[in-house]
Amino acid sequence: MYRYILRRLLIMIPVIIGVSAVVFFLIRSIPGDPALILLGEHSSEEAVAKIREQLGLDKPKIVQFFYFLLNVAKGDFGRSFTTNEFVVIEIAKHFPATIELTVCSMIFGSIVGLVLGVTAATYRNSIIDYLTTVISVTGISMPVFWLGLMAIILFSIKLPIFPISGRLDPTITFSGRTGLIILDSLLQGNFAVFKDAIHHIFLPALCLGTIPLASIARMTRSSMLEVLNQDFIRTAKAKGLPSRKVIYTHALRNALIPVVTVMGLQFGSLLGGAVLTETIFAWPGIGRLSVEAIDARNYPVIQGCIIFFAFIFVIINLLVDILYAFIDPRIRYE
Amino acid sequence: MRRLFKVFRNKAALAGLLTILFFIFIAVFAEFIAPYSPYEQNLADRLQPPSKSHLLGTDDLGRDILSRIIYGARISLAIGLISVALALGVGISAGLVSAYYGGIVDTLLMRLFDVMLAFPTILLAMAIMAALGPDLENAMIAVGIVNIPTFARIVRASALIVKEQEYVMAAQALGQSNSKIIFRHILPNIVGPITVQVTLSYGGSILNAAGLGFLGMGAQPPTPEWGAMLSQARSFIISAPWTVTFPGIAIFLSVLGFNILGDGLRDFLDPRLR
Repeated sequence: MYRYILRRLLIMIPVIIGVSAVVFFLIRSIPGDPALILLGEHSSEEAVAKIREQLGLDKPKIVQFFYFLLNVAKGDFGRSFTTNEFVVIEIAKHFPATIELTVCSMIFGSIVGLVLGVTAATYRNSIIDYLTTVISVTGISMPVFWLGLMAIILFSIKLPIFPISGRLDPTITFSGRTGLIILDSLLQGNFAVFKDAIHHIFLPALCLGTIPLASIARMTRSSMLEVLNQDFIRTAKAKGLPSRKVIYTHALRNALIPVVTVMGLQFGSLLGGAVLTETIFAWPGIGRLSVEAIDARNYPVIQGCIIFFAFIFVIINLLVDILYAFIDPRIRYE
Repeated sequence: MRRLFKVFRNKAALAGLLTILFFIFIAVFAEFIAPYSPYEQNLADRLQPPSKSHLLGTDDLGRDILSRIIYGARISLAIGLISVALALGVGISAGLVSAYYGGIVDTLLMRLFDVMLAFPTILLAMAIMAALGPDLENAMIAVGIVNIPTFARIVRASALIVKEQEYVMAAQALGQSNSKIIFRHILPNIVGPITVQVTLSYGGSILNAAGLGFLGMGAQPPTPEWGAMLSQARSFIISAPWTVTFPGIAIFLSVLGFNILGDGLRDFLDPRLR
């Protein structure tokens, strides 16, 4: 197992180098001189030349890429053009908001998706089965940004139940160790902040959560249908086990492997969906940071955010593979 | 082909096809169906709620939302068509070459696609858009590029199975050229999974392009693209909620049409997944 993990970690290196290469050459092909963007249109030629030298822009592209890779390996993506802050620090500041949102969305999508999928498979061809199919097809086809806007109109404007934007009420000041407000407030026993954070995350997480919900419900249903026809399920039923135990202990566990794969893959869609959801709900995460960086042509931040997203995605795929072995003891990695 | 039409005995697939045909119809006959020009501004009628003269209301420049949505169908269908055609062309070529020749070509192509798949789709599209510049044509290219690995993988996986079939070996034994074997014997036998992917990717492409439009990186004003319409209408969400409601419904219905048709095709071609 450890050898497998090590091998997978080593395979990650060329993928990350490849990702860095794609991002580097894409960003370098953007028209316009980064030095001019940094200093402004009316700066002197000497100042521009100096900045170009400082940023290494006067060197050949391939040399620039080599230095870029070295810096990526050190976690150094340069400084933001707009705030002059290190990009890593910008990402670190925004990452907790994104992780809090995606994890809450994933929890919501997984729980509802699993319950819907299991119920649909158990009561095949019933109303709930048809309803699950409708929900999953609808969820996959729904533009998450439009769903967010509709949720705002309905639950923040017409019925003012949830706030329109942000992570906390502007009157509340709160700082925690991890930056994950929900977790930090729980750890500090500050339930007023906890309640406000849940209140703020509810709508964005609900909207973003429809992405995994649809796929998880669909995959759970088809995987459960396959397992429920197996001999061991008939045996469990014949032994007189209660149907709840047959479904949740015997069937679901065996049906989970493809569902976990879908969950892992969905995390990628969630990260992508987070870009749109964060933009709508003014959620201060990396998605919004990347959109703002593209608008401002803030190259170091664009590079940093995209490579970081890809890195997280690759790590999640690895974790999913490792998780298989825990769910299904028949899987042994050599 | 006649067998393929049996898929429409599935009511959902038929509903999907009819939805798509509806959007194709309004796109083709937009000039005759749309009550107004999609670009015609009438500031005296700005932000009017749905009424008899403007069935879906007007936007902040007094343009008729229904007309813009009807013309928008052209753009969305074109985005799907061009981006899927791009992904299909490159994906089929790369997948077939990879499966048939194997070796270093296969390894290199698959690693390249691994790298592309390491990006969340919309982010890769955003990065490409950042390089190409915000524009409708560039959005089509970006969405097409992000779809290439999916097509290449599906084509490769299907072609690897077909390659081992006896009729392919017989064709090789008869000394037929590689290109003839690939295009005459392998490609026609993997059309099924490709068709399913084309349908699903068409919906996905419309969704991704609308996302780019919404972020201001796709079609630019005054183009009546649905995502861009949503983006421009965002500021009026409180005073004129209809401006954001209807373009979203159009995106949703068109994507839904392609998705349920794709699902029906997949169920038909692989009944185990039903």
